[in-house]
Amino acid sequence: MSATETTRTPPQPGQEQSPPPPAVEVAGVTVRYGDVLALEDVSLSVGRGRICGLLGANGSGKSTLFTTIMGLTPASRGRVRILGSDPAAARRRGLVGYVPQSEQVDWAFPVRVADVVMMGRYGHMGPSRRPRRADRAAVEQALERTGLSDLAHRQIGALSGGQRKRAFVARGIAQGARLFLLDEPFAGVDRPSQATISEVLAAMRDDGATLLVSTHDLAGVPDLCDEAVLLQRRLIAQGAPADVLTPQRLLEAFGIAPHPGGRAA
Amino acid sequence: MSTLAEWITVPLQFDFMQRALLVSVVAGVVCALLSCWMTLTGWSLLGDAVSHAVLPGVVLSYLFGLPFAAGALVFGAGSVALIGVVNRTSRVKEDAAIGIVFTAMFGIGVVLISRIPSQTDLMHILFGNVLGVSDGEILQILAMAALILAVVGLKHRDLTLYAFDPVHAHAIGLRPRRLEALLLGLLSVTVVVALQAVGIILVVAMVVIPGATAYLLTDRFERMLLIAAAVSAAASVVGTYVSFHADIATGGAVVVAQACGFALAYLFSPRHGVAARLLRRSPAPAG
Ligand SMILES: Nc1ncnc2c1ncn2[C@@H]1O[C@H](COP(=O)(O)OP(=O)(O)OP(=O)(O)O)[C@@H](O)[C@H]1O
Ligand SMILES: [Mg+2]
Repeated sequence: MSATETTRTPPQPGQEQSPPPPAVEVAGVTVRYGDVLALEDVSLSVGRGRICGLLGANGSGKSTLFTTIMGLTPASRGRVRILGSDPAAARRRGLVGYVPQSEQVDWAFPVRVADVVMMGRYGHMGPSRRPRRADRAAVEQALERTGLSDLAHRQIGALSGGQRKRAFVARGIAQGARLFLLDEPFAGVDRPSQATISEVLAAMRDDGATLLVSTHDLAGVPDLCDEAVLLQRRLIAQGAPADVLTPQRLLEAFGIAPHPGGRAA
Repeated sequence: MSTLAEWITVPLQFDFMQRALLVSVVAGVVCALLSCWMTLTGWSLLGDAVSHAVLPGVVLSYLFGLPFAAGALVFGAGSVALIGVVNRTSRVKEDAAIGIVFTAMFGIGVVLISRIPSQTDLMHILFGNVLGVSDGEILQILAMAALILAVVGLKHRDLTLYAFDPVHAHAIGLRPRRLEALLLGLLSVTVVVALQAVGIILVVAMVVIPGATAYLLTDRFERMLLIAAAVSAAASVVGTYVSFHADIATGGAVVVAQACGFALAYLFSPRHGVAARLLRRSPAPAG
């Protein structure tokens, strides 16, 4: 792999000797949809407590990488480890949160925003998922952090697109996910909403969570992300945003050089 | 109003009416609970399929003198599994798979029926026999209903999560496939519970209408369960009474009562009713 530098371990005094396993480790993953080769021999690893931006043109395999990490799309080769353990085990422990590019849910479903966020807590509850005080508090806090407190009792479909995105981010916060995958959380989201989501993601990172965020907002990457991954079916680069977002690599990934400092298509 | 009091109390003096009320209310409630998920997952057709597919099981039970539930459960669960297999292992889409399996099963049932000596039994299978339900049948119904209530009580939140967002269920380590199987298993048992009350032909009404009615009345799933159960129990009572006084088929009367409840909700639901929408002059919601 042509990565510049893989992981700068975040400053964690006393842990230099035996660093914990990375939050997510993808090794030699190849994914096919019939004849379409969506990912080819992709290897990357993201250390804990970092925000990693996943960049690439339309069809470059970003969503496929997410669904493969989530165990929703089978890889024909390679393997995935999450926080040092088997992905299924990590999911069962409630460590993994996922906000898909477009939620395939029935927006007319009779659930309120608070109910959806509460679904993030199910892994923490007993078999009948009866919420306790701690669960309610976590939901309230997640709603507050995403600026949705006033909308908590709305039916989920009665939110705008950006508010819906925030509701699903809130669910991941309430879940307390240690690895959080967000597939284009900023698509169709206005500036204030994007700022809110970015703040929330940074706060999760500061709490020690690891976030993998795909985005087409290249200009926002240096501010939001500790590192970036550039994908074009194969991994083109991984490293600090400034090292990844070079004109030459962007040309390789996007086929055109985006305006300096501007947004990609 | 002594006449109204009599209207209510006189039927209760008959043992068969007490049993009929018990069976139709119990069946109404369990069907109502399941119907909430059926409406929301778009599986209403599956309710229809399962109810028809149990026919050969019921006929075989009659022929061999077995408890009716035994044959019905085998064929109900079996046909659901078969639909899944056909759907998954061929390029035939799910609605076609459902149509094939349920008509095939119903066809087998119709063939077997020609072996049934009595036309009365046939009518009971097709249209229910809630006025002539035996002690043994009541026991079977109560046992199955208790099982359904227990599972729903314990698992309703998981089932709702599955119905709303199976990807999230997967993400937190639940198995959507298992939840789906659980829901289908519950549906099979529920259909069998309702067989005695309304008969094979009308079971589908019981596993569709209450959920649809409640869906028009609330935006909260837990309330939807309660409203559906209440509306359905009320329809069972009203239908059974009317059938007694007007001397009409009980199963049909219960289903008509269900439909009336739906019509009322459709017209007059405060938030989602047609009348309220006309008053607000807002467009119909998409989807
Ligand atoms: N279900 C599918 N069946 C067949 N091919 C698919 C499927 N999903 C994705 N692909 C193909 O796999 C490749 C990668 O798709 P993917 O959705 O991962 O890209 P992406 O980077 O997320 O794109 P975007 O920026 O548009 O979201 C594309 O060529 C796409 O056409
Ligand atoms: Mg994508």
